[in-house]
Amino acid sequence: MGMVTNVTSLGRNGVYDWLVQRVSAVVMLAWFLFVGGFIATHGDLQFIEWRALFAQIWMKVFTLAALVSLLAHAWIGMWTISTDYLTRLSLGSSATFVRLVFQLICFAILLVYFVWAVQILWSI
Amino acid sequence: MLVSIYRYNPETDTQPRMQDYEITLPEGKDLMVLDVLQMVKEQDVTLAYRRSCREGVCGSDGMNINGKNGLACITHVSSVVKNNKLVLRPLPGLPVIRDLVVDMSAFYKQYERVKPYLQNDEPPPAIERLQSPEDRAKLDGLYECILCACCSTSCPSFWWNPDKFLGPAALLQAYRFLADSRDTKTQERLSDLEDPFSVFRCRGIMNCVSVCPKGLNPTRAIGHIRDMLLERAV
Ligand code: SF4
Ligand code: SF4
Ligand code: FES
Repeated sequence: MGMVTNVTSLGRNGVYDWLVQRVSAVVMLAWFLFVGGFIATHGDLQFIEWRALFAQIWMKVFTLAALVSLLAHAWIGMWTISTDYLTRLSLGSSATFVRLVFQLICFAILLVYFVWAVQILWSI
Repeated sequence: MLVSIYRYNPETDTQPRMQDYEITLPEGKDLMVLDVLQMVKEQDVTLAYRRSCREGVCGSDGMNINGKNGLACITHVSSVVKNNKLVLRPLPGLPVIRDLVVDMSAFYKQYERVKPYLQNDEPPPAIERLQSPEDRAKLDGLYECILCACCSTSCPSFWWNPDKFLGPAALLQAYRFLADSRDTKTQERLSDLEDPFSVFRCRGIMNCVSVCPKGLNPTRAIGHIRDMLLERAV
């Protein structure tokens, strides 16, 4: 059982969901700290330097990892929110339909972000 | 003192209402909330509530007292009353049968789900299954639960998913048997808990800890369960 299958199987295992949320949070934090630090230490940041940073393969991998973390984190978070609040208790018999539509919209948005970000990264 | 009590009879009322009673407290005596309910009942025999032991042992008079869940029989009026007003409502989140009496089926169903009994498939010894004092000590703070439901009905995660999230009371008992050295079904028990709802809907809000009349700590027990699950997974 890999983490990835569990994320894509709509989070059916609570243990892996819990782990993914923690690990992805750490990866995102590392990325934001690094990029924040980079900006802070390059007072007069020029496009050239910014581009050179992202042109390096390790930075691409790092950014991609942060991106995947962000999307996985958001997906598990939105899925959890929808199963807390969009339930039969709050919405009655239409709950399953509403929840499914909400989850599909979230998934579609995250997918678009992913494709778009990968395109940007690989165009550098 | 003004006592405002939630009144609802689903068979005759279209919706619940709050009914006010004026109660004169005896001088120099700090009554329990349950005593006050008894005084109200003398004024109005139609009021319904549960009680039995009147000393915090049976767990039947859990209710929402001035906004916080607790046992009426061991809650001093002086510790909860503000501006000379006492507001009593049924435990939140469960269907009301009448007035302060709620239907606890959902709560018991979750309790049943954790198989709250010792399971051991080894042949029983002639006398009894022994435990070392250290192993026995692991059950302290777990076995004392009286199933009053004050904790689970104060937990937002239980309100949202009472059929999927076990709730603090059942989880405390789940851990009580996971921690028992005589139980041999630890792995099966853990497998029953690893879905995203049963345990993992706990957000560590700790409402359960703040209301438990027996001073127990379900959040800590839930943390131990999560650690056991994680250890098994990685
Ligand atoms: S700590 Fe967990 S079980 Fe306790 S009230 Fe909060 S969410 Fe519920
Ligand atoms: S843990 Fe405490 S509040 Fe919860 S049911 Fe047991 S005794 Fe009541
Ligand atoms: S009446 Fe038994 S616990 Fe309050």
